[in-house]
Amino acid sequence: MANGVTKDATARGAMTHPDLHRLDDVNRDVLKMMGPPGKGWWALLGLAATGIGVFLVAWLGVQVPVGIGVSGLNGPVGWGVYITTFVFWVGIAHSGTLISAILFLFRAPWRQSIYRAAEAMTVFAVMTAGLFPLIHVGRLWHAYWLVPYPNARFLWPNFKSPLIWDVFAVTTYFTVSATFFFLGCIPDIAAARDRATGLRKKFYQVIALGWQGSDSQWHHFGKAYIFLAALATPLVLSVHSVVSWDFAMSIVPGWHTTIFAPYFVAGAIYSGVAMVITLVVPMRKIFGLEAYLTTKHFDAMAKLCLLTSMIVLYAYLSEFFLAWYSGEEVERTAFWNRLFGNYWWATWIMLVCNGMVPVMLWFKRVRHSIPALFVISIFVNIGMWFERYVIVVTSLHHEYEPFAWGMYRPSVVEMCILLGSFCWFGFWFLLFTRLLPPIAIQELKEVMPPPMRNKASGAHS
Amino acid sequence: MSAGTGILASYEYLDSTVDAITGLRKAGFEVKAYAPYPDHHIEHALGYDQSPVRVWTLVGGLTGTATALAFTVWTSVDWPIVVGGKPIVSIPPYVIIMFELTVLFGALSTIIGLFVLSRLPNLKPSVIYDPEFTAGRYGVYVEADGARLDDARRILNDQEPIELREGQVAHA
Repeated sequence: MANGVTKDATARGAMTHPDLHRLDDVNRDVLKMMGPPGKGWWALLGLAATGIGVFLVAWLGVQVPVGIGVSGLNGPVGWGVYITTFVFWVGIAHSGTLISAILFLFRAPWRQSIYRAAEAMTVFAVMTAGLFPLIHVGRLWHAYWLVPYPNARFLWPNFKSPLIWDVFAVTTYFTVSATFFFLGCIPDIAAARDRATGLRKKFYQVIALGWQGSDSQWHHFGKAYIFLAALATPLVLSVHSVVSWDFAMSIVPGWHTTIFAPYFVAGAIYSGVAMVITLVVPMRKIFGLEAYLTTKHFDAMAKLCLLTSMIVLYAYLSEFFLAWYSGEEVERTAFWNRLFGNYWWATWIMLVCNGMVPVMLWFKRVRHSIPALFVISIFVNIGMWFERYVIVVTSLHHEYEPFAWGMYRPSVVEMCILLGSFCWFGFWFLLFTRLLPPIAIQELKEVMPPPMRNKASGAHS
Repeated sequence: MSAGTGILASYEYLDSTVDAITGLRKAGFEVKAYAPYPDHHIEHALGYDQSPVRVWTLVGGLTGTATALAFTVWTSVDWPIVVGGKPIVSIPPYVIIMFELTVLFGALSTIIGLFVLSRLPNLKPSVIYDPEFTAGRYGVYVEADGARLDDARRILNDQEPIELREGQVAHA
């Protein structure tokens, strides 16, 4: 074993992708995806662009000139669909960095073919989420007040406020996940550059930054990647904790609880993995990626969903239990109101979609059926949006003082903005599948058996 | 580095690449290698140890922590106002800002470190390069002149390269 080249080190990867043999097969298959798009892609892009148009009209054309009054927000319920959707998208953003950072540090053998799409999803989901505070503040032109800048009177933001923590957490998360995403892309963009022609080649030449895959580049790249993963790991867990403190630091019954941070993080990973499944299933079908995304990958993601769904269900149940066990009248009322009050339907959608539907994932047959997983993932997406709606709205509409109780009904403007946010997200994701390698070429090669002249190598000298 | 000729050999197999690197290094050549993915066998053959990127990460991270602590404390003292009955300088909430800026500065400085150390962006890369290096080939590059050039060529040829290119080294 003089040169130390062994085959077994990569055997795990060979097991995950049994149909991949040659290193340049990966380039061929992945770069093919970036070829000229078909009619379906253009149709989807057009649909997404139309949705963005509706979104912009509703926000900048109606809400900004008329005022926040065009939304359904009112006296007791000052947070509604906008905050719900903000939390939803931040949650979606979690699984990308989970897969690229935490599963990287744990050396999970199934992450390679999914992580690029998941990471892109993360970046676009934070880009979507980031719009909602701007929409929610109403007076968009004052949004920069969130940033700690030296203003005329040297007034500073209140660093004891969870809302300011949130500004820091979300901007840090966006910056780090976008950087991480781009860093991982560089070698693959170089691969695209080396095959592309014409204008595309020029484009990739610039964004590949002159990457050549030399030993010193790889050496520093590998180390930088590990450190970024190590930094991103606690960040993933912290972002949704900080978002949860926006709620938990207040004294609103239904919000003021210590379980919120872990509960939100589990929910975020749950919804994020479900969204990855929702996006990757059509991608696999359209691009014919059966050799890259095998049932093993889906099985692993389904298990992750199952685990987090149980944590989430446990959190729901313990909240109800503790509300009763505390003997606190307002807590008991708040949770009774959740189940049987005006918004009972939202709570039951949440319980059925998040707690009951994923029980099916216990069965291997379901985990190995891609259509079944796709349907379940849609249920989870819906359920997780309603979870945030339940937390935000049912808690606010029924606080301490009976005279201050009230109802909230999302307006047409809010619904347009909600639907538009999916189009905005989809728009970027569609562009991504054509402009950047949607599967991590270089990381897949790392787990493939390396080509050996001496087939019996290992004892080769 | 002396002006001379650069030879670039492209290999199909990892073990040939590693053997070529080992052979050249034994003969006292300075070797540069190319690969489609980070391969630790190649790094090992080239005798890599730790990367100084970690220093960038550490320094960046600590700068972030210090910046956040200084900034939150200073702004609180600069306009002292009691909020929620908490002390003017109340460390627990500031820990969150400190954590966020540690990660932010640490990550950005890691990237800057990586760019500095691996000389990126580099829009005019070296003259001889095989575009197959990002696909499935490994490469070994060495610079030499005169008799040494023949030595290098022989060692590279021993491992049966797919292609061998030579080019004049532009820089002196």
